[in-house]
Parts: sequence; C-alpha cells; structure tokens
Amino acid sequence: MKIALFATCIVDAMYPRVAQATVEILERLGHEVVFPAGQACCGQMHVNSGYLREALPVVENHVRTFEAGFDSGEFDVAVAPSGSCVASVKHQHAMVADWAVEHGMKGADSTLARRADAVGARTYELAQLLTDVLGVTDAAAQLGSYLPGTITYHPSCHGMRLLHLGDRQRGLLASVEGLDVLDLPDADQCCGFGGTFSIKNADVSSAMLADKVANICGTGAGACAGGDASCLMHIGGGLSRERRTTPSGRPVRTVHLAEVLASTRESPLMFDGELALAGTPGGAR
Amino acid sequence: MTAVSLGIPAVPPRGFGNISELEPFPKYAKRELGNAQQRRNLTHATHTIRDKRLKVVSELPDWEALRDAGSAIKTEAMERLPELLAQFEEQFTARGGTVHWARDAAEANRIVEELIRAAGPDETGPDENSGATEVVKVKSMATQEIGLNEYLEERGIAAFETDLAELIVQLGHDKPSHILVPAIHKNRTEIRDIFLREMPGVDPDLTDEPRRLAMAARAHLRAKFLSARVAISGANFGIAETGTLGVVESEGNGRMCLTLPETLITVMGIEKVLPRAEDLGVFMQLLPRSSTGERMNPYTSLWTGVTPGDGPQNVHVVILDNGRTRALADRHGRSALHCIRCSACMNVCPVYERAGGHAYGSTYPGPIGAILSPLLTGIEAEENKSLPYASSLCGACFDACPVKINIPEILVHLRGEDVEERRSKPGARRLPSQFDLAMTGASWAMSDGARMGLLERGLPLGKAAAGRYGVISKLPGIGAGWTQSRDIPAPPAESFRQQWKKRDGSRPATDRPATEGESK
Ligand code: SF4
Repeated sequence: MKIALFATCIVDAMYPRVAQATVEILERLGHEVVFPAGQACCGQMHVNSGYLREALPVVENHVRTFEAGFDSGEFDVAVAPSGSCVASVKHQHAMVADWAVEHGMKGADSTLARRADAVGARTYELAQLLTDVLGVTDAAAQLGSYLPGTITYHPSCHGMRLLHLGDRQRGLLASVEGLDVLDLPDADQCCGFGGTFSIKNADVSSAMLADKVANICGTGAGACAGGDASCLMHIGGGLSRERRTTPSGRPVRTVHLAEVLASTRESPLMFDGELALAGTPGGAR
Repeated sequence: MTAVSLGIPAVPPRGFGNISELEPFPKYAKRELGNAQQRRNLTHATHTIRDKRLKVVSELPDWEALRDAGSAIKTEAMERLPELLAQFEEQFTARGGTVHWARDAAEANRIVEELIRAAGPDETGPDENSGATEVVKVKSMATQEIGLNEYLEERGIAAFETDLAELIVQLGHDKPSHILVPAIHKNRTEIRDIFLREMPGVDPDLTDEPRRLAMAARAHLRAKFLSARVAISGANFGIAETGTLGVVESEGNGRMCLTLPETLITVMGIEKVLPRAEDLGVFMQLLPRSSTGERMNPYTSLWTGVTPGDGPQNVHVVILDNGRTRALADRHGRSALHCIRCSACMNVCPVYERAGGHAYGSTYPGPIGAILSPLLTGIEAEENKSLPYASSLCGACFDACPVKINIPEILVHLRGEDVEERRSKPGARRLPSQFDLAMTGASWAMSDGARMGLLERGLPLGKAAAGRYGVISKLPGIGAGWTQSRDIPAPPAESFRQQWKKRDGSRPATDRPATEGESK
C-alpha cells in the first residue's frame, strides 16, 4: 500500500524522530511511504483558539495537498502519528469550511467542506491504521518490536474520545517484546495541554499537569508512552521542570508509540546513549 | 391567551440575577486553586459521583440509545417551542393554574413578589397588609439565575431554601458552586461550623456525623414547612400535553413545599417544556443516573393545576425567557438549551474539579456554564469573554452528557465569535494583540509547506537558545504561561522535512514519488 505520512507541524519541527519511527514501521511492513511536501499543519491550534479566519488557509492547504495525492493515486491512505491532528482533519476541517462560507470570507469555497471530509475519511491515526487497516495486533511478531523495561501509557483525549481508539495503542504497546505496560491511575484524565489553553489558563493547566506527572511517577515506570506528540511535549515539559527521576535515578521521559514500536533488538530505542527505559535486563545493553 | 414573545432574541438587561461572571475566569481560578481544602473537597466529591455514575450507566445496555432519544425529544421541543408553550399555557390554565410570562429576571422577580404579597399575611408579618414575609423554596436553578432570594430579601421577604445543600450555602452567606451539589466545596466539618454559627437553637454538641447534620437541618426546616403559606419552586419539566409540572429531588423536602403551602409559585425556563407525558420515561432514566448515580429518582413530584381541598389552592407558573430565545437563535449554540441540569459534565470536567464552581462567576458553572452564560447574555459582554476558553477541549463533558450536547464544539464556535467580535470593534481595540499577531504569522507559515520548510531552517537557533541543559525554561511574552511550570525541549538541528529531502534525494529518481509543492 502507498501511505502518505502527515507528519504534523509539531512532529516535523520538534520530534522528527517520531516521523522517522513511523516511516520505519510502515516500511518494515512492506509499504511505500510518501511525504507530500506541500503539507504544513492541520490548523487545530487556530481552530481551537477561535481564529477560524486564520485557520481557513491552513485547512485549504492541507486538503489541497492530500487530495491531490489521493486523486492521482500517489497514495491510498494518509497517516499521522497524532490523534488530535487526525481528529482535527476528520472533525474540524469541514466545520472551518462551512464557517468560511457562512461568514462570506473572501475566496470561501463551497466545495471545500465535502473535499475535506473526503480527505478526512482516508486519514488515519497510526494505531488505527496499524490495527484496522494493516492488521497488526502483535508488534513483537509482526514488527519485531523489542524494548525491555517498564512503561506507563497515557491515552490522549482526542484519540480516546473523538477517534474512539479504545485500547488499540495500549494493545500494541503491550505486544512489544520485553515491555511491561503499567496501569496509569486516572489515565483518562486530560494532561492539561489543550493547545493555547495551557497559555491562556496556565494555572489550571499546570494543576492538571501536576496530577498527571504525579500519577506517572507513582507507577515507577521508566517512561510514559502516548500517541500524541503535543501531549507528550506537555507532560515531558512537566517531568523535566520537576526533574522527575526513576528510582534508579534516570530522568522519567515521554516516548511516542511510534518510537516504541520502531525499537528492535538490533537497534533499540536509546536516550543519551543509553537504552531508553530504566530497570532493564542487563543483557540488553 | 398571552402572546408568546418567541423569536425576538434579546440580551437580558445587565445587573439583574446571577449569570454573568464578574472577573475573568483565569484570575478567579488562580485564587480558587490556592484553596487547598476546597480542592481536596472537590476532588473527593467529583470522583465519588463520577464513579457512581459510570457504574450505573454501564448497567444499561441501551444507554446510547437513551441518550439519542433524550437528544431527539429536546430537539423536537426546541423546534416546536412556541406551539408547545401555548399548549402548556392552555392546559395549565384549564386545570386551574395561572400562567405568567417574564422576559427577563427583573420581570420574573417582580411577578413573584406580587404573587407573594397577594397571598395575604402570615403569622410572622409585621402587619395585616404586608403579605407573606416568609416563603419556603424548593431547590431551583431558575430562581438562582434571576437572583430571586436577593431580590426578595431587599424587599423584606425571607426565602428559606429547604434543600440541605442550598440551606448550607444560604446559612453560610455563600454562593452555590455546583448546580446539583451547591455546597460541594464544603466538607462536613465546615458544614457543622456553619450550623453551629447560624442555626437558631441548634444543639451545641452537634458533631459532623452526616446523620446528626441532617437531623439538625430537619428540625430547623420543619417549623418553616408548617408555617409558610407560600412556596416557590423551579421545574425540571413542563408537559405541554397535560399542563403538568414536575420536580425531581433526593431529599423529599421539596415535596413538603409542593404540598403544604396554600400558594405555589413555579419559575420555569421556556426550554423545560416537553411535548408528551411519555417523554418523561426517557428523562427519568437519563437524569438520576447522570446526576447522582442513582438508578431511580427518590422523590418525583408531578402536579397538574389545582385539586380542590388537596395541596396548594393557588398555583402559578412564571415562564421565563431571560436570554433563552437569544440562545435559541444561535445556530451553533442552541443545543445548550437541551440541558437537563444533571451536572454530569461538571463532575467529569478536569477544569471544574480544580478551579471550582465559583470561578465561573455564574449560576451555571462547569462546561455547560462556560457555554450557557455567554449564550444567554452575549459574548459581547466583557465578563463572559474568558468563559469559552476555560476548557482544554478534552471532551469528557460531551461523553458524559445524557442529551449529547457537543459542548467542545460550541466552545470553539463561541471562541470564534469572541475573536470576530473583538476584530470588529472600532478604534484602539482594533490594534492586534500579541496573540493575534502570533496567530496571523502562524497562519501564513502553516498554510504552505515551502514556507514551513524555510522557517524550519531556523531550528538550530532554538537549539542554541536551549543551551547546555537541552531545554528552554523561560519564554517571553505570551509563551511565559507555558514555561511557568514546564520546560520546552531543545528543538532538533533538522526538521523531518529536511531529513526526508536528503533521503529522498539520495534515492534513484525513478523510485521517487512526485510530491506537490516541493521547492526544488
Ligand atoms: S450539559 Fe449535559 S451533562 Fe451538563 S448538566 Fe446539562 S444535561 Fe447534564
């Protein structure tokens, strides 16, 4: 299958390793990955902040870029390693298009909403694509995923509630060889990021983050995994500020689902030259 | 029949009642966050109700179908509102009740006061002509909204709340902070202290044991039930088909008010009307499970007009607009009027849990309050502007709402309205804020892959700024809120786009998919 990677703005600019890992997994399964260079951002930040006027060109760009590839057969589906960006593509793009028409914006295109829905229908979140389309249920067997250690998992709100990912992400993590997934208390609680919410309501957001960080550290896991780079940046930012460490003294980190799945015996996930997770069996080093 | 003034969306005049917040949410929230005791009380209470709700909801295999049914009935009621209200008036009047119409809080308060005065003196009044000076009240959101208690108090009429939690709030000279559990921010010890301080003749050895507290309240209220000649209630439902009003409650105190006094005055929002009696079948399953986590509601009172010789003989209903037609006229927001005030959304809301109900500065706190207050009184009102932003859009409220109100989507629309409204203001206010500028810049960069690529060449600068520890821990301007409690990792030396280009370039040309918009 030919798969377009929608890296999302934050992964592209801040976490290229997450995009690399996504490509790695898909290629390992024998699929061809395409990176449509016209892509930029899903526009979620603009939409969620109420800047719908500014969101329109961002949405238009995304729809234009991906529909061209679908139409020309350059790729069959699109995938993004981010639940919230996929939710935005699926649920917000048509809304922005309608809004623009309703508000008589210059250049508003009455066909955009329909086109956006068509692009949205062929766009998948990574775990969704892996399990529903590509039939991956056992990461160790099908992807060779290997990462010794303990991890806990935070299901991000938009993946959980807007995309109904259920336990797809967690299931994939649990099937990685050597990996122990520890239950996160109040896992379904928002980490407090919410895009510009973390800036406009910084105090409430910080209070939410503090609880999330405490719950993660309470599990004793070496890292917190998730499927949304923005939430992980938020949680990771809190862990870093509080200088949280595991019982063995290593910093508690956040890792993206794609990075975990891409980790293999031959080339395991490393941080600062060390194996990513704490408490790992000695042989793995 | 009185004309129904629907279809004329109007913002209620300011300064009456308790809808609009008085200071920006972030500011109030910050203060409330500092109250450690309150936060503990709230976390404990919301988590308890949350778990109970989840348990009883999961017992029903047809829960989703019930939610759909509830939502459909409400949609129908809103579509047929003028007709249903007229039918309700006709039926209510035919059965001996009197219907009054109030456009806003001021009108509703005045009507209620006149009805109380007309009810004649009670034993506690200063003279024969003063009318009743004490009334008992069934817990009601509508009367909270219009500020009825405060209005009556200024005019020498004491309105006694009979719901235990409302009583605690009233005795504590406090404001409710939750629509179902108004005293949720107080714990038992704090309640005992309020009773000891404020309840005349209370046992000085009162402990904070729930049973003892309830008994003290009961003794206090019993005297009021027996002497009051007028009762005031809200309504959970008004059935158009039969002219029936309904109140659901957990304690039975409301039932005392609804049956003992001679005069009963109900204040009901126009959106409470349901087409048919059988519709109750849906809501009586949805409401108790969503609100208190109970399978069945303990006390359900329904009354239809006057029954000679039994119960109140003067039965009135004040049908209240107070901004509701304005909300109804909002295409994206109108479903907020479907709300049955179950409070499930606030019990699951992570923002409400931390900031508390007072931070919303309105009778309606939590997620529903964040949309309802601006919808009722207008986003133009300075005090309302910060409410739609008081959410991380996590979606827990939408998931919990028994009538499927898409609160996050309405929040986004209201934010859009706010931004547009600020843009359209003349004069100095049109100067773009730092935030506006950031959004415009980001829109320019993020609507074109080549521009993004160009900007990403600046990533090494960010990496340099992060310095030795590999994190950025202080951002200027609007970013300062972020770095208040979290670091930003050092950006990578190269974006994925740049990496991909190299890799793509090293592949044989035939193998290389043509990509659109690539700057070669
Ligand atoms: S919005 Fe929904 S969940 Fe919230 S109080 Fe109203 S009916 Fe209940």
